[in-house]
Amino acid sequence: MAGLVAEMISPQILAHLIAQVPLGSVFVTGTNGKTTTTRMIAHIMRRYGWEPLHNRSGSNLTRGLLTTLLNNATSDGRLLSRPESVGLFEVDEAVLPLVLQQAPARVIALLNLFRDQLDRYGEVDSIAEAWRQILRQMGRETILVLNADDPLVASLGDGFAGKVLYFGLEDVGVGRPRLSHASDSKWCYRCGQEYAYSVSYFGHIGHYWCAHCGTSRPRPQVVAKSIRLDGFARTQYQLVMPSGERQVDLSLPGLYNVYNALAAAAVAEALDIPPATVADSLAAFTAAFGRMERVGVEGRTVYLVLAKNPVGFNEVLSALLADKMPKNVLLVLNDRIADGRDVSWIWDVDFELLAGEVRYVLTSGLRAADMALRLKYAGVGAREDGDADDENGTSERNRHGAEAFSVDAPAACQAPALQAIPDLGRALDTALEHVRAGDTLYVLTTYTAMLEMRSLLAKRGYLRQHWEEE
Amino acid sequence: MSSRERLSLVIAHLYPDLMNLYGDRGNVICLVKRCQWRGIDPVVVEVGLGDKMEASAFDLIFIGGGQDKEQRLAADDLQRSKGDAILRAVEGGVVVLAICGGYQLFGRYYRPAMGSDLPGIGLFPLETVHKGAQVPRCIGNVTVEWEGRLLVGFENHGGRTYLAPGASPLGRVIHGFGNNGEDKTEGAIVKNAFGTYLHGSLLPKNPHFADHLIRLALRRRYGNVDLEPLGDATEWRAHQAALERVRA
Repeated sequence: MAGLVAEMISPQILAHLIAQVPLGSVFVTGTNGKTTTTRMIAHIMRRYGWEPLHNRSGSNLTRGLLTTLLNNATSDGRLLSRPESVGLFEVDEAVLPLVLQQAPARVIALLNLFRDQLDRYGEVDSIAEAWRQILRQMGRETILVLNADDPLVASLGDGFAGKVLYFGLEDVGVGRPRLSHASDSKWCYRCGQEYAYSVSYFGHIGHYWCAHCGTSRPRPQVVAKSIRLDGFARTQYQLVMPSGERQVDLSLPGLYNVYNALAAAAVAEALDIPPATVADSLAAFTAAFGRMERVGVEGRTVYLVLAKNPVGFNEVLSALLADKMPKNVLLVLNDRIADGRDVSWIWDVDFELLAGEVRYVLTSGLRAADMALRLKYAGVGAREDGDADDENGTSERNRHGAEAFSVDAPAACQAPALQAIPDLGRALDTALEHVRAGDTLYVLTTYTAMLEMRSLLAKRGYLRQHWEEE
Repeated sequence: MSSRERLSLVIAHLYPDLMNLYGDRGNVICLVKRCQWRGIDPVVVEVGLGDKMEASAFDLIFIGGGQDKEQRLAADDLQRSKGDAILRAVEGGVVVLAICGGYQLFGRYYRPAMGSDLPGIGLFPLETVHKGAQVPRCIGNVTVEWEGRLLVGFENHGGRTYLAPGASPLGRVIHGFGNNGEDKTEGAIVKNAFGTYLHGSLLPKNPHFADHLIRLALRRRYGNVDLEPLGDATEWRAHQAALERVRA
């Protein structure tokens, strides 16, 4: 609220306050991973002895940034800071230009651009263009950290006045030879021809070049080599930076988290924080709340995972399936404004990967029916023995009195029945009944569904209330 | 038709790498599954930039939406090599489903807010104009009356489409913008070709429309085919959920 009032009184106040941060400010944006990356950077900074002024996830519009600063300011606009105070701001991708117009930046980190909530953000190209415009206006003192493996993001280094630090993977062993269909930036931003890829890590992220005009992936200075993906729990790799090399041991799954950690390392490099501090901090880092959170519930383990767009979702699915053990899965799809009103994107997710790999599956949320429909066409159904919920498509009342319905499975499609229960609490109860003690339930949710699920688990005493809390 | 004859449905998926915004591939997945569940063999051929296209060899041609840059590449390619063949195929009864950007490119032209016009192939007698960044995009859940029944979807388009006098819309807008937010028309029909702004994906949530397309597509080679009814409760659930979200 303070942020809102101040914004109305003085649009310049953000610039005024940020200019007072002794060690300058870091801004992080991108479609996927900005919360995790920002938390990793905060962790590194603290271990280094700095004190980050850090906005909370979900408050990444100008107002949220202002609130963070105003909570640390006197009423006459003086920032209460210490010599080791540093600004660290996760910024909404659409809001970045507005913020940079007002605030001086020491480091800007751009992680990636994927299609996400097209109804709210517009097309990927138009976001990149808005970033390009504002970056052209930045001075030489700003360091730009870019993902070398995302062609559109990497292209933003062209003509930038200050230093550019690229990060990327150098391990073809963990890539794929071909681009997946859920790829967004396959076309050379200079000449419009299709990029060729020698390796694709996920989405349009990989090693690319344009045979037509010669544009190619810039050589990254901050690199991950010899990557070992070890199921859902951990990932190891060799971190190579201009200032040194270190082995990194992450307790997070998937290549997308390697990118998050690599971006954090590149920001640290830009701030002259030594590699030993970076590697130690990353190893000690526990998963950002909700991005991948582990909760014990009645003798069962519940993993909460945010999955909100096709590329992110596909990465979560491949991490989920890495160990080939049949999984119990609850998929929650909401279509509130913060989720994106349009749920069409679920048809771009490769749910076909789940077919035959799940022991139990249930859908929930405001668009539970859409998710159930998607799974039906992906051939995904519960594999549990003696599942009685196969009254073809008839709406029924289950023993919780919840409205529930099961997916009709025509004889020819061979898909076992699966249920959709829009109410989150009832869906969780039903899912937990189907998960044996000692076993794990994976809950994959969109943004607002994650907030609801966390508050539900908090109310039942399994979890602290606030996602935003450190 | 002999009862022992095994039917097939040959689908061209135009520019799957280029025109694939908003889960449009869900429409192809839907057509494939609804054929398979009935013992009809679906064949999907992906047709890309520069590929030669024997358009009349297909039963159904599908094209989805794309970003501006991709749309321009597709427009050039249609002009160069495929447009005329598609027009002839439609003349011969081939079914077309063109969504959003694909729908626009199958009209006469698309006039962007800046830059030169994108020529369309002129299958649908309509024009599309983007009136500039200051005019809000048409975004939201949409409901359309089609042949006395409802279609549900989600629309997201900057261009406004205007049908030529006498042209047939796909349906009448009940809720949402449709072609232009002014005249309550949505989409267009020419022979067996259907253009629309509805994503969602459209066909999975509108099984009656999906089956209508399959029936039309089979008719050219097999005459009238009775489609075996499927258990569509999940489809209608999602249809219903979309209707409820329109009102939310």
